[in-house]
Amino acid sequence: MSATETSPGRVIPDRLTGPAARVLRSWETLLVAVAVAIFTFNSFASPYFLDPWNLSDATFNFTEKAMIALAMALLVIAGEIDLSVGAIVALASTAMGYALQFGADTPLLVAIGLGVGLTCGAVNGLLVTRMGLPSIVVTIGTMSLFRGIAYIVLGDTAFNGYPESFAWFGQGYVAWVFSFELVLFAGLAALYAIVLHLTNFGRRLYAIGNNPTAAAFSGIRVERTRMALFLLTGLMSGIASICLTSRLGSTRPSIGTGMELEAITMVVLGGVAITGGSGSILGVVLAALIMGLVTFGLGLLNVPGIVMSIFVGGLLIAVIALPKLFLGGSRWRRSPSR
Amino acid sequence: MLSTHPGIAALRAAPVPHDVRPVLSLRGIAKSFPGVKALQGVDLDLFPGQVTALIGENGAGKSTLVKILTGVNQPDAGTISLEGRPLRFATAQEAARAGVTAIHQETVLFDDLTVAENIFLGHAPRGRFGLIDWGRMRREARAILAHVGAPFDPDTVLRDLGIASKHLVAIARALSIEARVVIMDEPTAALSQKEIEELYDLVERLKAEGKAILFISHKFDEIFRIADRYTVFRDGQMVDAGLIADVSEKRLVEMMVGRTLHSIFPERAPRIGKEVLRVEGYCHPTEFEAIGFTLREGEILGFYGLVGAGRSEFMQALFGATRPSGGRCRIDGQERAIRSPSDAIAAGIVYVPEDRGLQGAVRAMPIFQNMTLPSLHRTSRAGFLRAAEEFALARRYAARLDLRAASLDQPLGLLSGGNQQKVIIGKWLATRPRVIILDEPTKGIDVGSKAAVHEFMAELAAEGLSVIMVSSEIPEILGMSDRVIVMREGRMAGEFAREGLTAETLVRAAAGIGEARE
Repeated sequence: MSATETSPGRVIPDRLTGPAARVLRSWETLLVAVAVAIFTFNSFASPYFLDPWNLSDATFNFTEKAMIALAMALLVIAGEIDLSVGAIVALASTAMGYALQFGADTPLLVAIGLGVGLTCGAVNGLLVTRMGLPSIVVTIGTMSLFRGIAYIVLGDTAFNGYPESFAWFGQGYVAWVFSFELVLFAGLAALYAIVLHLTNFGRRLYAIGNNPTAAAFSGIRVERTRMALFLLTGLMSGIASICLTSRLGSTRPSIGTGMELEAITMVVLGGVAITGGSGSILGVVLAALIMGLVTFGLGLLNVPGIVMSIFVGGLLIAVIALPKLFLGGSRWRRSPSR
Repeated sequence: MLSTHPGIAALRAAPVPHDVRPVLSLRGIAKSFPGVKALQGVDLDLFPGQVTALIGENGAGKSTLVKILTGVNQPDAGTISLEGRPLRFATAQEAARAGVTAIHQETVLFDDLTVAENIFLGHAPRGRFGLIDWGRMRREARAILAHVGAPFDPDTVLRDLGIASKHLVAIARALSIEARVVIMDEPTAALSQKEIEELYDLVERLKAEGKAILFISHKFDEIFRIADRYTVFRDGQMVDAGLIADVSEKRLVEMMVGRTLHSIFPERAPRIGKEVLRVEGYCHPTEFEAIGFTLREGEILGFYGLVGAGRSEFMQALFGATRPSGGRCRIDGQERAIRSPSDAIAAGIVYVPEDRGLQGAVRAMPIFQNMTLPSLHRTSRAGFLRAAEEFALARRYAARLDLRAASLDQPLGLLSGGNQQKVIIGKWLATRPRVIILDEPTKGIDVGSKAAVHEFMAELAAEGLSVIMVSSEIPEILGMSDRVIVMREGRMAGEFAREGLTAETLVRAAAGIGEARE
């Protein structure tokens, strides 16, 4: 009972499960299995699937959304959400198109895209942290607000005629089949994984998502961290907007519609608890891959878009529900912070 | 003391009838929770038309008894009989149907419903097709409200009412279910003097209607004002029961705190050094005012008071979790502005909260990550986590605190309350503080862990750490403190040296009885 300096004979092990067991039981392993299954199925179902250029084209199905999903994952882990990301993409694209009318060159267009993203993120962040409003309500509001502005500026028209140098972001290739978008996404994903899993900042996100009060009582500056996450999500939406606008070569006010739900689907499918406090970047990346593979595979089979969305929805529910049904939800443990 | 209350002479004039039979009788009630024997062989009788005061310290088993009476918890042993018939309250609904109702400290009513809906929730008058008969409900609500002297309309939304009015609604609800037994759990805790007087009137009226009333209170003046009988609990056992007319206040206090301190506290030879903390004029618009004291190296300063005296609120302001409206704080003679917990941690003040689940533990996170949460800057390099350093720190404090866990990677929420508390104390020690504030450090933890926490506290003080201990347990306050500050209603009600300090003095100062001697 004594709390003396040394209590002989009582050594608590650091960990009980070895690294192999942890990998085997992780949510990410399940996602890898699903991805392999879909990949195998697709390669048998269509002779065109395994062509490198076809696969390269397929990555455009998810890269822009997945960039947003990276920041969204951090936000959801910290217990917040941003539903306005699709609208930020539209507003940033509109601002770039508007500047284009006054002869803005590529560097300025990029600066405008990033700046609008950051500004929108700041609006969301200030409303949540300064006014103490729930982020789901704030971002439902700003979702309509940002897209509304895009519609007012554009009406029924579209901005066209982006410079050739600007087109590289969405259409250029860094090497062989690897597009700029794919390389950028891979780089960002690595950066996010490092920040979330290897830094103090990342650790604090898990603490805030699990118990914001205890986090604040532990000296974590909760509101400042939340603000940073909304800024980051805005910035990523700006980057996604540059890529998407560049790839399409035009801006319409409906650009990026529904992106928020696809990004959130990736986050949830990737094993991030929607209630906050757990998840990994690897999971989100795998979920993005799975969604890309499914969309591409079904496209090759000439399955209409509506059926695809049914399939993606079914997949999301299946992947989340099945382990719970068969394993009682215990084996595929979502580790709180790895 | 008694003569200060004009009502008492009148009460004494009408002697308590001795020939009535109890409405509700409890015999040999026992209840255990993991690690705690909350009640052991308790007897209680409640008589129609009489008020029985239930007296005891925090943790004496009063709340458990209320939960058993209202069907929230079931006793492990013993019998409950209503008018001689034995019965079991398997659920809260059954207890309500049998006519037992409770009015709590924080009344369990629904803020967004109207007064009438609150009164009749669960037993609303029904009309055709089983739909609620709103007209009848309003009429009946209005009649009951008039009966209890409530000046508001049944259609008022509860949120718009003050705490006293909410009590009236709770009482009206009790009347609407034709309660025979009314339990009032510290009903005056949040009321003004005028509202308390109105409550007394109401209690008299309930008595006149033949209700049996169980009145739980820490305030001796009101016990002598309205109670007919008393029952004293201590450590889950019934110590004594009888007629208020036959007992003195002094005797009740003695029975409540007990003659002996039955827990064993560590022997200490305090080596008290120079002043570390000086607090001046801390104020808050609603919770506390004019709090000032000093704390020295190696000293354990106890803060005693009743629930709601403002102790935790003050400590959280000192820790920067809430903003005081005024006040200054010096550490080692240097003035420090504390606007957030991170300021406090930087200044060397840390706080182990009373509400461990909400404010202390990140339950889903592993033990080692909880331990390092406030000192990540120590275990990391350039903002990058270093797992080896984190485990080393966690191992060090786990060993020092004699932690019991399967592994340091285990989620904190899986540990027992006592071991969770050890982790939280460990996480603060790792920040190398000057002052540690422990708010009810042994609340809700088992006896073994309690002793470990006490010994550890003594050890920390011996190493020169300054300790502030908020506690509502008198033995703990007397057993651990070098000096005690008593708070009452947000103010400092007295400061006492350990030498010669008695439980009676503390209780008197906390309840505002007589003169608190400095």
